[in-house]
Amino acid sequence: MEANILSMENITKVYPNGFVANKNVNFSIHEGEIHALVGENGAGKSTLMKMLFGSEKPDEGRILLHGKEVQIDNPTVAIGYGIGMVHQHFMLVPSLSVADNLVIGMEPKKGGLYDVERAEEIAREASEKYNLKVDPKARVVDLSVGLKQKVEILKALVRGAKILILDEPTAVLTPQETKELFIELKHLKTQGYTVVFISHKLHEVKELCDRVTVLRAGRTIGVESVENVSEQDISRMMVGRDVRLDIDKEKAQAKDTVLRVSHINKVNALGKQVLKDVSFQIPRGVILGIAGVEGNGQSEISEIISGMDRSFEGEVEVNGKNAREMTVRQLRENGVSHISEDRMTYGIVGDGSIAENMISDRYYKKEFQKGLLLDEKKIAGLADDLIEKFNVKCDGKDQPIRMLSGGNMQKVVAAREFTSGADLIIANQPTRGIDIGASMFLRNKLVELRDGGAAVLLISADLSEVMEVSDRLIVMSNGRISAYFEDASEVTEEDMGLYMLGLKQMEPEEIRRASC
Amino acid sequence: MNTKNIEKQFQVLRTLLAIGIAIAVAFIIICFISENPLETISEFVLGPLGSKRKIGNIITNLTPMLFVGTGVCLIFSANQTNMAVEGGFFVGAMLASVVSTCVSLPTGLHTALCLLAGGLAGAAACAIPAFLFVRYQAKPVVSSIMVNNMCLYVGLFVINHLIRDPGAGFLASWRFAETSRIEEMIPGTGIHYGILIGIAVLIGGYLYLNKSKAGYEIRTVGRNVDFARYSGIQVNKVITKAQLIGGFLAGMGGAVEVLGMYKRFQYQALTNHGFDGIMIGIMAAYNPKALPLAALFLAYIRVGADCMQRSSDVPVELANIMISVIVIMIVAERFLYKMKHKRIVAAAQKELEGKEAA
Repeated sequence: MEANILSMENITKVYPNGFVANKNVNFSIHEGEIHALVGENGAGKSTLMKMLFGSEKPDEGRILLHGKEVQIDNPTVAIGYGIGMVHQHFMLVPSLSVADNLVIGMEPKKGGLYDVERAEEIAREASEKYNLKVDPKARVVDLSVGLKQKVEILKALVRGAKILILDEPTAVLTPQETKELFIELKHLKTQGYTVVFISHKLHEVKELCDRVTVLRAGRTIGVESVENVSEQDISRMMVGRDVRLDIDKEKAQAKDTVLRVSHINKVNALGKQVLKDVSFQIPRGVILGIAGVEGNGQSEISEIISGMDRSFEGEVEVNGKNAREMTVRQLRENGVSHISEDRMTYGIVGDGSIAENMISDRYYKKEFQKGLLLDEKKIAGLADDLIEKFNVKCDGKDQPIRMLSGGNMQKVVAAREFTSGADLIIANQPTRGIDIGASMFLRNKLVELRDGGAAVLLISADLSEVMEVSDRLIVMSNGRISAYFEDASEVTEEDMGLYMLGLKQMEPEEIRRASC
Repeated sequence: MNTKNIEKQFQVLRTLLAIGIAIAVAFIIICFISENPLETISEFVLGPLGSKRKIGNIITNLTPMLFVGTGVCLIFSANQTNMAVEGGFFVGAMLASVVSTCVSLPTGLHTALCLLAGGLAGAAACAIPAFLFVRYQAKPVVSSIMVNNMCLYVGLFVINHLIRDPGAGFLASWRFAETSRIEEMIPGTGIHYGILIGIAVLIGGYLYLNKSKAGYEIRTVGRNVDFARYSGIQVNKVITKAQLIGGFLAGMGGAVEVLGMYKRFQYQALTNHGFDGIMIGIMAAYNPKALPLAALFLAYIRVGADCMQRSSDVPVELANIMISVIVIMIVAERFLYKMKHKRIVAAAQKELEGKEAA
């Protein structure tokens, strides 16, 4: 057997809310391999890696590096041991150049001052050595997501990382960028680097990795050589049962228009034009998906339609009424409901109970008043009912929602947003970071709502989700609609990638079909 | 035991421990400066129960705290650090004094008008930081302290120049009209009917904050303002309302205090009632439910320190040191964190094993 460069033994981690994220987990990697760490959202992959990188501390267990026990108290220590991490959300300073970002914290000096030229040289050398092509002088803010990721990888390597942890690196990439990343990672492997690749996309694991460790519900389920197992095998290990991953849906029956968005332009606070002449409409009974790499204007669209953002040009009409003139409450009363992409900030109030979180859009209505006070019985009844209908796993409606897992929190959000009788449902990244069971539940709910006559706007960075759930499809690139497909089932992932990257762009006439 | 219960348990434990440590600190200080520490301590602990008069003192001390404390619960639940309750209390007392001395009305009605005037003055004081925040994003922490200063000098100006009784022999207003005074309730104790109003305010405040839709709005805004906005709550309206009502209660507290305890307005400086309200508010975690206990505790310590000062060589300031220690320990969120986390880990593991065994 090959030597373990690193092993984590019997790791247990409990979060302050009582959630057991890891339970007696064992994880070890060989030198010079690409090792996949897979598991559902919430299985404990990120937690395990955070402990390896020193941003969380294990409650039990030990970490061995080259056979010697080490204490990794913070990321600086981890970097000292040659462990580098590339987070899903990049830790870069956008206003600085690539070279600045690479040497940040270890700047080369000349005469006591920052030596820009030396920094750029370091960047250039590293870029060549590792075959990760980036321009040292470019400002990070101007880079695409794929390039930013390269900068992150370089940053870890420049700091002497021998073990590289990549947390779902492909989640933000197009198929083309993913291919490029894999070539680069394989190149690193030939140079003797060790890579931990966190993912839940199994075909990527098959393609790239040597071995795979599967986590489920915070435990190690198994370690296998990738060549010995099929995608189905891994999937079964991850979920513990066979899950139906397809969605039951009939062809959409389009009715009258609910949402009409016309010629939206928006310049953000940094002076960048983030939306360029965006127009589309959604009729009742249809799910319109918006695909695209994150940060290409999707969030802005959702903010504008939901009434959270009013500094834009153009018109938004919901049920024939101008949305700009309405407060958020008026919009909601006019039939809009909204799942925000940022669940913790907008979706819930963490210290509030589950019941309090479920009534935030309707507590003021007459049916919940009893004299001068709130009708607690009625609210309790509603909460119990929704907990059951949406299958929320909890200790009861009075439990603070922050104690729930991500998937269950999102079910509470959905329980509120899906039961307000809305005509338009904006679902922005509705299944981000939640387990497969909860994701499938929510996707099927969206289809159910569509069949009930709602118009659904689904924004998702998860390509397979947006392609499978949507009836019609818009692709956004750089604040612009780059493609519109009347029938989402006819599109290929490859094609989508090209439109997402902005390498292809439909003619204006084709895109105009989105708004009629 | 689940995490929720452990959290609750530790909140109580933390408060009790904070009180315990503060008492220990007080005893140590007493041992150092007192010639006869045991007697001093016993006077401090048991003195307040020594006579009817002293028990009455506890209640009269506690009375204004109920008003201000309830106001603080409302304001701070909306996550607004508006300390103008201090100034609000002062101008409330001042304006009530003006109405008492300058207006003549029948008994009862006169008192009611005084309380209303006091409340409005208090609301006005708290409205300034509220407005400045909503309109210009000025931090209430800073602006409210300035407002307190303004309140003091406006109040002193009015007392000095408008309702001063030159014949009083000291700086004080005219005597309050008998029609406006709040009568003593239990003779020989100083306890006046204000305590009943205070209890009504407390209960009303509890229902408003914890059981009504307006209270739901206040708490939601205070816990997560972005979520409140997303849900369609008009955040600025809610925080303004919370501060107006909170200020009204503080001002009314000032009115009740002067009309129940004094014959003239004779404050020369801010009275610290506002900060007392903030302290007991913190101890009660801004929940009116726990407020009476916190107020009783503070009042008891105050009277105890007073007893101690009279009969021994330890000054009354000791009580304030104790209270400060308690508040600091309570706001120290990570205090006992490790112990709590260990309990949670153990409980979670046990639960997991229980589930697997089943």
